[in-house]
Amino acid sequence: MSTDIDAAQIRRRTQELLAAHPPATTDRTDFLKARFDAGLAWVHYPAGLGGLDAPRSLQPVVDAELAAAGAPDNDPRRIGIGLGMAAPTVLEYGTEEQKQRFLRPLWVGEEVWCQLFSEPGAGSDLAALGTRAVRDGEDWVVDGQKVWTSSAHVARWAILIARTDPDVPKHRGISYFICDMTDPGVDVRPLRQITGEAEFNEVFLTGVRIPDNRRLGPVGAGWKVAQTTLMNERVSIGGARIPREGGMIGTVAKTWREQPGLRTHDLHQRLLTLWVEAEVARLTGERLRQQLVAGQPGPEGSGMKLAFARLNQEISGLEVELLGDEGLLYGDWTMRRPDLVDFTGRDAGYRYLRSKGNSIEGGTSEVLLNIVAERVLGLPAEPRNDKDVAWKDLAR
Amino acid sequence: MTAQNEAAQAPDLLYSEAEEDLRSAVRSLLADRADAPTVIAGIESDTPHDLRLWESLAAGIGAAGLLVPEKLGGQGATHREAAVVMEELGRSAAPAPYLTSAVVATEILLALAADGGPAAGLLGELAAGSRIAVLALPFATPPADGAAAMTGTLERTVTGVAEAAAADVLLVPTAEGLYAVETGADGVAVQPLVPLDLTRPLATVTLTGPTGTLLAEAGPAAAAVSKGLLAGAGLLASEQLGLAEWCLTETVRYTRERHQFNRPVGSFQSLKHRMAQLWLEVVSARAAARNAADALATNSPDAPLAVAVAQAYCSKVAVHAAEECVQLHGGIGMTWEHPAHLYLKRAKADSIAYGTAGRHRETVAGLVELPAP
Ligand SMILES: Cc1cc2nc3c(=O)[nH]c(=O)nc-3n(C[C@H](O)[C@H](O)[C@H](O)COP(=O)(O)OP(=O)(O)OC[C@H]3O[C@@H](n4cnc5c(N)ncnc54)[C@H](O)[C@@H]3O)c2cc1C
Repeated sequence: MSTDIDAAQIRRRTQELLAAHPPATTDRTDFLKARFDAGLAWVHYPAGLGGLDAPRSLQPVVDAELAAAGAPDNDPRRIGIGLGMAAPTVLEYGTEEQKQRFLRPLWVGEEVWCQLFSEPGAGSDLAALGTRAVRDGEDWVVDGQKVWTSSAHVARWAILIARTDPDVPKHRGISYFICDMTDPGVDVRPLRQITGEAEFNEVFLTGVRIPDNRRLGPVGAGWKVAQTTLMNERVSIGGARIPREGGMIGTVAKTWREQPGLRTHDLHQRLLTLWVEAEVARLTGERLRQQLVAGQPGPEGSGMKLAFARLNQEISGLEVELLGDEGLLYGDWTMRRPDLVDFTGRDAGYRYLRSKGNSIEGGTSEVLLNIVAERVLGLPAEPRNDKDVAWKDLAR
Repeated sequence: MTAQNEAAQAPDLLYSEAEEDLRSAVRSLLADRADAPTVIAGIESDTPHDLRLWESLAAGIGAAGLLVPEKLGGQGATHREAAVVMEELGRSAAPAPYLTSAVVATEILLALAADGGPAAGLLGELAAGSRIAVLALPFATPPADGAAAMTGTLERTVTGVAEAAAADVLLVPTAEGLYAVETGADGVAVQPLVPLDLTRPLATVTLTGPTGTLLAEAGPAAAAVSKGLLAGAGLLASEQLGLAEWCLTETVRYTRERHQFNRPVGSFQSLKHRMAQLWLEVVSARAAARNAADALATNSPDAPLAVAVAQAYCSKVAVHAAEECVQLHGGIGMTWEHPAHLYLKRAKADSIAYGTAGRHRETVAGLVELPAP
């Protein structure tokens, strides 16, 4: 429910925050805490939890005022999983105590989150997961293996789904937990990836005890809770407005302008086609943003991830070719454990390889196309033979 | 920069309520009077243009005068509203000389009508829908060639002039300036061609020294013709959007109903992915087309780029949508009776009209400084 707060009032509150905590002289974290406490973190969240029960469309007003005043932001890239996925799920399914405990440090960035969903045997078919959680008094005891877990090496908390009942069909026997990554039995091992870095991890869970008060939603309703997480994961388009040539296309365009010797006719045609597509994708994102502000969210969000994945891949592929001799080289294969993905600060080879993940992470492009076809276009689902079979009887 | 003036500079990519009202009016008129069987019957007759439909659209709804200020006899609206009409015309593939007369010719006359004179008089008639004028250049002419078209005299043959058969007046660029020539005048012959797109007839215009009215000298005329072609190319993107949307909607509807192998063919993933991909293209085409319409409406310095981007993108989307529509309808899609072919022919012709995607990409290259080798 939103209050009747309007843009002028929001702007005034933002000015009051800035006056009480001048960005120039305030410590970054202190400023962010004050912003949270003023209800200006995510204005559509409830009062007391970083918001003002205001319409979501007013958030850009706050962001613009703060940006103009040079206020620090909470670096959504670094804390993406917490902000984009854990927070909305805690807000919808958490107890009052859980909301009070988790939302502020999450938003401020003091506590990083990761997502313990995927398993070696369950990726796109996430509901097939086999990690077990067994009730033992006031605790649950968790055993299993998760994989491709981004940021697990820097995370304090994790959202975790585990099987609590193997005797019912797969979607019905899952529960949702908040896992303390510092607990005994949580073993995070770097998983080196295509770029040479270890941005994601394997996570082994052995006899990990999670108190029942860190369960989110009812026992056995974990799949439903996870839907909230996954829906928020897909609507990744935020309020930020990108300038023309703001994404990867800007890097290639710059190389094209600065190094005439690299130009060929074939690459010119491909570059122009991609330039136009990148510009159109930017406009589509802008249109989506305007729809949100006008309070008419469209289904376009689910398509944007598809578009960006393909564009990033094609543009970075073209860039490696354009560079020719230099494209044959790679910056650095040393295994590192970065805590955020930085496309523009790296070389073309890295961009090419890392962008391959864009059509896999957060749901593959094939699965997203299924979702658009069924939920947006209303096309019939494919016949399924796994719906009424107990999880333990499924082929594995 | 404050939030307000940042918002003022951003293009408005949404539809206003007034635009949605206009859309419903146009859509219900076209549903009534230009359904597919009527359009198919019409294109085979001697008069593909249904003049009663044109009267209702142009004069009844006032669509012909959207771009024209009220004091010159129009509705005082903008390219944003005209773009909505174009979307609906694309959606119905109706034959109506809207793009050629109410957009391109009108835009040219608007640029010349400031001081009254013959351009203003003709403009008022176009706005009222009582007369139809078309630019006597090949339909494929891109905006970049507008100025170069100012050559020769009133002795010439121009092929591929869109809607010339329906026109009362031709706007003829010459080295001396831009002339208005009555199609009924001595020394004017309009010879219909057999067009790929039967819903937008083409003709060869042969001028053997007719008398015409000089509307403007070469300099201002060149700028006006370029402006007219730019508006034509920009709003054509909205037609392509409406067309693509129809193709997608119809294809989804059909494949949900059509059964093979004991299930709807639309439940097969290879088809679902193709339609989902098209949906993404249509959504993107909408952003590009709205951006072009808004840039034209606000006379933004960005308009040439916005138009080139929209054309380079939307042409391909419309053709892709129409081709998928034919394929996913199977055998029915290949029949004359089913309207899919109207859309395929329109989409393919539109991809050449006012410049191909490749020509528009060249324009982009020039505007954003990505030069060829
Ligand atoms: C960089 C990166 C970071 C990641 N971070 C995390 C993380 O932090 N936490 C986490 O839990 N997971 C994470 N993942 C995992 C990611 O969510 C999964 O990899 C993804 O959901 C796909 O699952 P999978 O790898 O098992 O592929 P599979 O499901 O085995 O798919 C294999 C192929 O089959 C296709 N396919 C599968 N099902 C269908 C279908 N129904 N129709 C059509 N095609 C289908 C897929 O599209 C794919 O091409 C990350 C992955 C990457 C690459």
